[in-house]
Amino acid sequence: MNAISPNERKALARAVLEIDVNNHAGVMSHVVGLFSRRAYNVEGILVMPVGQGDTSRIWLLVNEDVRLPQMIKQVEKLEDVLAVRRHGADHAVFERLEEFFQA
Amino acid sequence: MSSTPTEARSAAAEAATQTAAETLSGAQIVVRLLERQGITTVAGIPGGAILPFYDALSGTDRIHHVLARHEQGAGFMAQGMARATGKPAVCLASSGPGATNLLTAIADAKLDSIPLVAITGQVPKAMIGTDAFQEVDTYGLTLPITKHNFLVSSAEELLEVIPRAFEIAASGRPGPVLVDIPKDVQNQRIEVREWPAPGRALPAPVADEAAILAAVEMIAAAEKPILYLGGGVVHSGAAELAVALAEKASLPTVMTLMALGAMPVDHPLSLGMLGMHGARCTNLALDECDLLIAVGARFDDRATGKVAAFCPGAKIIHIDIDPSELDKIKAAHVGITGDVSDVLQRLLPKVPPQLRKRWLSHVAGLKSQHPLQTPGIDDPRTHYGLISAVAAALDDQATVATDVGQHQMWVAQAYPLRRPRQWLTSGGLGTMGFGLPAAIGAALAEPQRTVVCFSGDGSILMNIQELVTAAEEGANVKVVLMNNASLGLVYQQQTLFYGERIYASKFQSVPDFIKVAEGFGIRAVDLDKVAHPRVALAEALNAPGPCLIHASIDMNEKVYPMVPPGASNKDMIGG
Repeated sequence: MNAISPNERKALARAVLEIDVNNHAGVMSHVVGLFSRRAYNVEGILVMPVGQGDTSRIWLLVNEDVRLPQMIKQVEKLEDVLAVRRHGADHAVFERLEEFFQA
Repeated sequence: MSSTPTEARSAAAEAATQTAAETLSGAQIVVRLLERQGITTVAGIPGGAILPFYDALSGTDRIHHVLARHEQGAGFMAQGMARATGKPAVCLASSGPGATNLLTAIADAKLDSIPLVAITGQVPKAMIGTDAFQEVDTYGLTLPITKHNFLVSSAEELLEVIPRAFEIAASGRPGPVLVDIPKDVQNQRIEVREWPAPGRALPAPVADEAAILAAVEMIAAAEKPILYLGGGVVHSGAAELAVALAEKASLPTVMTLMALGAMPVDHPLSLGMLGMHGARCTNLALDECDLLIAVGARFDDRATGKVAAFCPGAKIIHIDIDPSELDKIKAAHVGITGDVSDVLQRLLPKVPPQLRKRWLSHVAGLKSQHPLQTPGIDDPRTHYGLISAVAAALDDQATVATDVGQHQMWVAQAYPLRRPRQWLTSGGLGTMGFGLPAAIGAALAEPQRTVVCFSGDGSILMNIQELVTAAEEGANVKVVLMNNASLGLVYQQQTLFYGERIYASKFQSVPDFIKVAEGFGIRAVDLDKVAHPRVALAEALNAPGPCLIHASIDMNEKVYPMVPPGASNKDMIGG
């Protein structure tokens, strides 16, 4: 499952996950660790504090994969994760960033 | 959940306590919080970065510290306590190698959903990240093997983190929690005016009524249903309810390795353990069933064999407290998220009583045509015979621990387990070296019981140092060492699946285990050398205190039946 070429990866449909988390050291590791241990590549990551900074919002751009529903359930189980919302790949958050990522 | 709903309610009533202000160190705060949790025994090994905590521990007589001889031993002793009682147990280690030595026991607790709180010392905060002496990234190392972990940055935080660690360990699907405490945080003195309530299991979310009704209909409509019990039934304290459901709806019942004891093996509806080393009748019945009711089970590959061929004609009802287990391996027709005790309690009155004469007589036919083969069971000098003779010398109050390997599977097949929490074994991680320290932990938690630890000559050497801990504690542990001078399951697989190319699985040199045990200060009996093994066994098992009982086993004995790795459960070899 992890032996897909970059071209194959591009051809896959994408999904955007919006994850509200507590804001302290290590939370990001918990979230991305769930993906890396399954060799599930995360294509894009954005994270910024929200409001007073007690919580943060993590945006992940990931490939659509049969494992995605299981991934979401695993993320929801993390103690520091407050909510997970799934969006389509057309969500504006990563599209608006494209100008910062010109080759 | 590891506690009953009643316990959870009374726990909720435990309130935070106001006290006269005291100035205490972080280490003293942790000790006080452990006392408030009701912890009376901890296992560990001290070292530089956790010495402030040990200093504070020396000031209480309410907590007994068991000095293990390797941190992994301490971790498994805590597991033994937790598995025997269902309550979170505590292990301790220093930074660096102390923490890394704990990892295997923590990972083992994660895979078997055992509530464990591991407390480790860490180098002072200012030195973190400098490659200080005995510094290792304990937090990073334990990320994937804990349910949750903490790196504590102030003494103040301990007041929140310690109760929270116990709450997380015990709530929902239990699991291990690690708390890493830098040395300066242990030494930091703060004023404490109020103590937090102890951390207890939170009530699980209430299961969906519509799903329960759908399950009732499916059970009523099924012609060939099977009840499939997993470790969650034991964790939830739901064994009696599960047996009641089986009896009311006439459900032949299979158990995973983790669920053994949930239904007495000699119950007429019991088909024993399923999967790789289950009896033929068990796996054949599963192959025919039209409804599989999975309760607190996770469709582990050792239980299911090739998943696509597991219960091919069955609809599935899956009840589990962990929503991520539903649809993970097999899609459920009805998935119910909830504490299995709660779900079974609500399900039971709604399920119509049924006799299912045709299905039960068919299953009885399978049992008589394809029973578990236990050659030599009447001869205590054989593997099955030894297990049977040990059981005959004890009653159901005894606790049975195992290590990992052939002996573990033979005991799982042949020991008449009849009580939940009677059976302590490393299921998910399959850790050789688990048995002895887990048995010591169980014996310390429940000193009224005799704890038997079946082990092998491969496994016992992986934590043999804990024999001296057993001697020191006078733990009522009887190690039954089944010695075949080999890594038996490896030898078996090389024989069956690797063209008999036996490599690195036969020991050229085998220690004199009698001398080893005596050297550690433990009584030892060699069954090979006694005229009346049953008599010697009964004497050894019934004398108080630790003892090692040695018996040679033929290296060529195999665990049968066996489903080859990756094959379908109906394609069993042998048995």
